[in-house]
Parts: sequence; C-alpha cells; structure tokens
Amino acid sequence: MDMILAAGTAAPDFTLHVTPDQKLSLKELRGKPVILAFYPADWSPVCGDQMGLYNEILPEFHKLDAPLLGISVDGVWCHEAFAKDRHLHFPLLADFEPKGAVARSYGVYRVEDGVCGRALFVIDKHGVITWSYCSPMAVNPGADGILEALEHLPK
Amino acid sequence: MTLRVPVGEQDHVQGSAEAKCTLVEYGDYECPHCGRAYPTVKRVQKHFGMKLRFIFRNFPLVEMHPHAESAAETAEYAGTKDKFWEMHDALFENQEQLGGTLYLKLAQGLGLSPQELREAVEKREFLARVKNDFSGGVRSGVNGTPTFFINGKRHDAPFEYEDLVQAIDAALASP
Repeated sequence: MDMILAAGTAAPDFTLHVTPDQKLSLKELRGKPVILAFYPADWSPVCGDQMGLYNEILPEFHKLDAPLLGISVDGVWCHEAFAKDRHLHFPLLADFEPKGAVARSYGVYRVEDGVCGRALFVIDKHGVITWSYCSPMAVNPGADGILEALEHLPK
Repeated sequence: MTLRVPVGEQDHVQGSAEAKCTLVEYGDYECPHCGRAYPTVKRVQKHFGMKLRFIFRNFPLVEMHPHAESAAETAEYAGTKDKFWEMHDALFENQEQLGGTLYLKLAQGLGLSPQELREAVEKREFLARVKNDFSGGVRSGVNGTPTFFINGKRHDAPFEYEDLVQAIDAALASP
C-alpha cells in the first residue's frame, strides 16, 4: 500500500456511482465536513461490522453536520443489496471502474488483496484532509477518531 | 483505545471495587456474539473470583436488532429494583425470544411488576440511560458487539475463554 494521504493535503476529487443511475462528486459536498470511510468489502459476516456500526452512529455524525460516504471496490448492485439488507442510511460509493482508482489516489488501495484498506478521512468544508487513519485489516477502527477529528475542526 | 467513561456509581457491577482487574463489556442482548460471550464471561468470573470485577454497559445495534433496545431498557428497569443481573442473565438465556411477552414473563418470574415494566418500556423511561451508555461506548472506540475493555484498554482479540483469561492474567501481572 502507498502512503495514506495525511492531514493538510487537499482531498482528491472523485466522481463515483452511488446508485446504479446516480453519481456523486466529492466537490458537491464542499461547504460541509465530509467523512470518507474506505473498507474492504460488503457482506462482512459479523454483527456491528464497520459499516453497520457507522449506521448506528449516524445520528452523532449528523449532529456535527458531517455526511458519511462509505467506499469499497464492490459494484453498485452489490452495494445496493448490501445497503438494503443492513438498512444503511448513508451512501456507499463503488470504486469499481477503474478498480480502486479513488482508493489509490488516497493511498489506501491494497494491491495484494485487490481491495480498499480500512481507512478513514475527515475532510473540512474547504476540501482539505484534516485527519486520516488506516486501521489494520482485521480491526474495525470504530468511530471515536472520526468524532474527535470532527470536533476539532475550526468553526 | 481506552475507556473514556470511568466505572462509577451509575454502572452495574459484579465483584469488589478492590478487585485488581476490571472487565467492562459493551453488549447487545440480541447480538448472537454477545449471547455466545455470556457463558464465557461467567466462566472467566468464576476463574478469577475476587480478583475480577465485571461491568455490563448497553450497546444496542438497533438497526440490526429490533429488540436490542427494548431488552436493554427492560434490564435497566430491573436494575432500579435491584434485579439487573438476574434480568441480564435471563435475557441472554432467552435471546431467541426477545420481545414484550418474554419481558413480562421474566419480570413476573423475578417478582417485579409486569405492568410497571410495560409502562416503563412504553414510555421509554430508560432510553436516555441506554443511549448514554451507547454514546460513551462510541467515544471509547467500541467497534462492534461485544467489545471488552480490560483495565480500561480495549481488548482487540477474540473473546473465547482462553483469550480473555490470558488478557486478564496479563493485566493482573502488569504493575
């Protein structure tokens, strides 16, 4: 894996499918802090897997007015089925074609596994990364780091 | 990752405040992994005896588990009548049947008023307490259920009996 983009770096813009017929660009969210959560794959078998956990914590992110975007290399239809099954209330973006290109631009693509690493970014309202963290693959990073980073953003 | 909400008077505690090791579980009554951990924790408690105290805090994953929150509220209600652990145990032992009917039956079995319990759950009297546990857990880095903290440090390893015993032994051995 390359080096994960660090705080102070401008967040690379991207446009990815968020539903089979809709795309979302990072720059559309300018003006608000944004949370990017890269993760290896949909359909993780445990209760409270990373996306499921963030889904439960979503109200706390909303209090801080920060949209959350999940990103993996899974395709749109896979994301759609996964989000429906887990009742996810935030968008999952498909970094599918060219595979992992966005993850690569953030330095969090795992070439050896062909998936995104478990990496988190908080981006401020001007589009600059203010916090980033890459967790070991087997460890769900939780949300404490995200909340702390959001609370440290200048008002 | 460290426990941000210290063990205090608000907590449900088994064991002595003098114990050298404190095990905190953030759990969900409907989570099958917590259900599996429940007898394990009992064995661990038996093994360490007075050296260990155990605290259970609520971390219901409500989007995944429709009964998790009402079960947590039921245990909290029982807690106000000094029957927290009895209800906690009964809920895990009947995990497959969580829901209003079971809660009332368990309340009756513990000599609690089913009527009062029903009202407390309907009025969501204990929801704030449950949500407060949840928020504290999020701040401490709870990353799924169950999440254990041993002397305030998140246990990032499996939670089979041997794993927990080993981790607690290590905590007891460190100064």
